[in-house]
Amino acid sequence: MSLELLLGGWRGLCVRKLRTALSCLGIAIGIAAAVAVLGISASSRADLLAQLGAEGNLLTVGAGQAFDGSPAPLPLTAEPMIARIPPVESVTATGYVPGATVRRTAAVPAVDSGGISVLAAQPGLLTTLGGSVAAGTFLNAATARYPAVVLGAVAARTLGIGLVRPDTQVYLAGRYYTVIGILRPVPLAPEIDEAALVGFPVADSLLGLGGHPTEIYLRALPDQVQPVASVLPFTANPPQPEAVQVSLPSSILAARATARTAFTGLFLGLGVVAVLVGGIGIGNIMVISVLERRAEIGLRRALGATRWQVGFQFLAESLLLSGLGGLAGAAAGAAVTAGYAVWAGQPAVVPPGGIAAGLGVALVTGILAGVYPAARAARLAPAEALRAV
Amino acid sequence: MTAVLELTDVARAYPGSPPVTALAAVSLQVHAAERVAVTGPSGSGKSTLLHVAGTLERPDRGHVRIGGQDVSALPDAGLSAVRGRRIGFVFQQFHLLDHLDAVQNVALGLLYRGGQARARRAAAVAALDRVGLASRLGHRPGQLSGGERQRVAIARAIVGRPGLVLADEPTGNLDSAAGQQVITLLAGLAADGTAVVIVTHDPAVAAAMDRRVVMRDGRIVADGQVTR
Repeated sequence: MSLELLLGGWRGLCVRKLRTALSCLGIAIGIAAAVAVLGISASSRADLLAQLGAEGNLLTVGAGQAFDGSPAPLPLTAEPMIARIPPVESVTATGYVPGATVRRTAAVPAVDSGGISVLAAQPGLLTTLGGSVAAGTFLNAATARYPAVVLGAVAARTLGIGLVRPDTQVYLAGRYYTVIGILRPVPLAPEIDEAALVGFPVADSLLGLGGHPTEIYLRALPDQVQPVASVLPFTANPPQPEAVQVSLPSSILAARATARTAFTGLFLGLGVVAVLVGGIGIGNIMVISVLERRAEIGLRRALGATRWQVGFQFLAESLLLSGLGGLAGAAAGAAVTAGYAVWAGQPAVVPPGGIAAGLGVALVTGILAGVYPAARAARLAPAEALRAV
Repeated sequence: MTAVLELTDVARAYPGSPPVTALAAVSLQVHAAERVAVTGPSGSGKSTLLHVAGTLERPDRGHVRIGGQDVSALPDAGLSAVRGRRIGFVFQQFHLLDHLDAVQNVALGLLYRGGQARARRAAAVAALDRVGLASRLGHRPGQLSGGERQRVAIARAIVGRPGLVLADEPTGNLDSAAGQQVITLLAGLAADGTAVVIVTHDPAVAAAMDRRVVMRDGRIVADGQVTR
């Protein structure tokens, strides 16, 4: 019988299609906003995890900062020693060249260095960091010996260099270097983006680096990240392990991503407000519906319907309205998530929990919105209801 | 023989200043297969009598018995059950649901009794056949003439085979030809023992009944057999 009352409610809604659609709209918008916000943030998170290689197994080793704020050098033995730790899959080092500036030409004053640092890099840097070249090539064993430079993404933009041509040069620490490549942004090591990279042999011969690395990047087996991290200080600098700083950039990024989700709270709040307004809309339309259908209520009472059955019918209609709105909203939210993910080049992730919660909220709203109109309908005296035409 | 409907000293007043007395100590017995026309000027209490007799309204005083059962003490759900099982209603405005077809409208008369949907549908088809609308089963009220609509409403009233059919101005919205059909139909219900009480202004309806109750100012002023 309840099922038939529900069916009757459904038929009633089908008669007033436009009104039904408009009544559902508020709830639909609210649920769509909530599902889309949850979906987009889940998609972004999935994208980030994909960027991190899912495992987040990149570790960096530094020696902290010298008294002037520039990176302090690590021992020459640090990199080969770290490479010998069994779970380490790959390792590469960069060396900060103190005092070196990079300018477009010698005519640019030395103070306008644009904050670009000069780093000595090994040919294997991109493999370990998971970076890639936007234009040109990276350093190799040959170009590492010559005054050739690869620019990080931010550094290239700062210098106004977008193309790599044979005659593209920059003025680096007193002489011209040929630009052989430009990198794409490296999310795991943003310091690379703001650097001009030269080979270690050149850094030693022309810039006086002395071969000392200042930062070592390594990838460990994903399930061995913590044990490797714990032995790194002793391996990198046995006499002064406390001077060594080990960090896990992927965890920093993950934390930053979590911080970004603070905004999702705001949007979820807006979604809740929309659902609330939608619920009030449904309650309003149900009250009107009860007034309009007094004759029908009277008829049903005359045909033997109890108060409860009449009330249930209106409650069921309210539930159907909000359920429809919830379904439409969840579908729209999922579609928005998918659209955004395609647009942003991210994997589309629609959290099932978000959909379920959205539908649940919609149904609870429907019950709350329907209780008062249903009670009004149930309380209507049959004879009085029948007099209404 | 037990009366199908028995009102004893029933009074009903509506609040106001002064209160409007719709029924003042009305007593009435209607037996099975009896056909009663209730007439009287507007405001004489005819409709209230019908509502009280149909348990749509509780009297302030007095007793109402339906099929021998005193319904005065029944809770609201009990009154609903009495209406659903023992009483059929026919209204001047038909009160058909526009979005349902004829069969669905008639089957609605059995909905609140429970039972299988298929059985209700079969009973609805049979009832529509009985009122001569076997060819209009799938038509919606908007596709039917006024007379046909009222016949659908009569089918709905009798689909549960109630002992008592109460009709409130059933011909009030019909032309005389359609009205005559409806009168014939209602009068014919008595053939299988159903008691019919019709509130009406229409002399043609009153003339088709066996007994005529005349009301004025909430009282029955005349009650007698119709002489033909």
